Amino acid sequence: MSLSKFKFNKRIKLSFWIILIALIIAAPTLLPVFRLNLLGRYLSLSIVALGVDLIWGYTGLLSLGQGIFFALGGYCAAMYLQITSSSEFPNNIPEFFALYGVEKLPFFWEPFKSPIFTFFAIWIIPALVAGLIGFLVFRNRIKGVYFSILTQASLLVFFNFFNGQQKLINGTNGLKTDVTQLFGQMVGSESMQRIFFWITAILVIAAWFFAKWVVRGRFGNILIGIRDDEPRVRFTGYNPVIFKTIVFSIAGGLAGISGALYTIQSGIVSPQFMTVPFSIEMVIWVAVGGRGTLLGAILGAVFINYAKSLVSEALPASWMFIQGGLFILVVTALPEGVLGWIQGDGPRNLLQRFGLKRKIETYPSLEVNNKEGDNE
Amino acid sequence: MNNKDLLNLIDITVSFEGFLALNKLNLNLKKGELRAVIGPNGAGKTTFLDVITGKVKPTKGEVIFKGKSLVGRKEHKIARLGVGRKFQSPRIFENLTVKENLEISVSTPKSPLNLINKSIKDEQLYEIERLMKIVNLAQKVHSKAGSLSHGQKQWLEIAMLVGQKPDLMLVDEPVAGLTDEETDLTADLLKSLSGENTVVVIDHDMEFIRRLDSNVSVLNQGTVLCEGTMETIQKDQKVIDVYLGRPED
Repeated sequence: MSLSKFKFNKRIKLSFWIILIALIIAAPTLLPVFRLNLLGRYLSLSIVALGVDLIWGYTGLLSLGQGIFFALGGYCAAMYLQITSSSEFPNNIPEFFALYGVEKLPFFWEPFKSPIFTFFAIWIIPALVAGLIGFLVFRNRIKGVYFSILTQASLLVFFNFFNGQQKLINGTNGLKTDVTQLFGQMVGSESMQRIFFWITAILVIAAWFFAKWVVRGRFGNILIGIRDDEPRVRFTGYNPVIFKTIVFSIAGGLAGISGALYTIQSGIVSPQFMTVPFSIEMVIWVAVGGRGTLLGAILGAVFINYAKSLVSEALPASWMFIQGGLFILVVTALPEGVLGWIQGDGPRNLLQRFGLKRKIETYPSLEVNNKEGDNE
Repeated sequence: MNNKDLLNLIDITVSFEGFLALNKLNLNLKKGELRAVIGPNGAGKTTFLDVITGKVKPTKGEVIFKGKSLVGRKEHKIARLGVGRKFQSPRIFENLTVKENLEISVSTPKSPLNLINKSIKDEQLYEIERLMKIVNLAQKVHSKAGSLSHGQKQWLEIAMLVGQKPDLMLVDEPVAGLTDEETDLTADLLKSLSGENTVVVIDHDMEFIRRLDSNVSVLNQGTVLCEGTMETIQKDQKVIDVYLGRPED
């Protein structure tokens, strides 16, 4: 690659970031509040998708239970908001407790009076739970489809537990956040939602960079090694259990942040966050966007969800068919996902099929290797 | 057993639901030795490697490596103690480049913390360059390992094995599918590694074993049938019967 081309690439990158930042700043004035709020929610979902890409796209762990960690983050945020806004209710505890005759705050709510504790709890608690579940599962060398089934079973356990605990966390009704107060402002208000949008946008970018940092270099290569040939990694002297536990825990922490941001922008957290289809959807976003690309996970989460809301407005009840069709299309025709297809030879092959581009003369790998050889 | 021995296998028995893959196998390796292990299909050659590397736990018997028992230890711990293994079919990370594959093998310490926040040490980079030169892959540094030819993959895996700096190298069929020229080069490479390292080579290819010019252990039905130089082995009537083929072959 010549120097001028390198500079050109750098310029593209720079303009990409300038446009992106301008869009983020301008979005609240360009979009109506309703759309802005939707975009904010979908952006927060892209953070959980980044986690799914780390564990599935890079490490080969297909978790169908990310909803657990997503919901835990959401509950942490909602508990704090409920408790700080409960001064006018009986016993100074959140309103719903009165419905079930609870007069004393359950003990595990106490620390959530502290904003600092909550700030850390949102990501540390899901990360710890993920780390614990992960360690037990990985230590016993449960992998592949058994791992997927186990994560889904854990999801159902959490779902049923949260659903049944009216006296502790309002059970199936969940915890509302939109009428609570934060820094003297209503959480559901327009000005707050605008701030939440910006926070979300910044955190998505931060999470993206963090995920890139995780997979860059040797650590990321070990993850890929575990995905492709775990025994080989073992015989080279690495302990895959530790690596898998760490990355699963990271994905759990990201899911927690994602769940908290989603909760404050949708106004409620409930056991519905832990339903089976929702956790499977997270996997579909990543599969469609492109496994092992990170950016594909973000784009997949945002665009599929936006498409979902647009389609559902126009043709109610047809979305499930479209989503299913999309998944089948990706599995059969685009196994690398949309971004993986673009980054690979996809566009060139398509152009060639229509005779718009000259066919390469030898094997692609040979031509690529030659190019590399010239540079050295 | 004496102090100069690097590895002692004592009465190793491995039973897979009643089938004896290894049956009271005894084998001693001296430091710096090059040893070839041959045997017909199903003689237990690969199980023998699985026992040493911790993949299979012996039903009975003891594996002593550098004075420590290996039985019951996890695979990665055994690898860190200094046992390296090359698999039958090349097991390399196809989605990583040649250099990245070698980085995985030479990196120490092998803890996640070290890998995530530190870059690779200079001496390890030199080691990678040296290894790539030895196995003629210097031109392919940034090529995906999956795009290499079969012979290059075999060599990359041998380079990865050497990069791990093991005291004991277990090499399973290193010349399967290689051309004659590549086979000769591989034999020379393995011979040059012994002395400093202890090398165990498992193979069927008699020409290749002869080129190694080393002691040979013949496995049959899970036990060591006979040990000695190629000449003694070839004269041994038991070996001729089970392995080297009856006259009509």
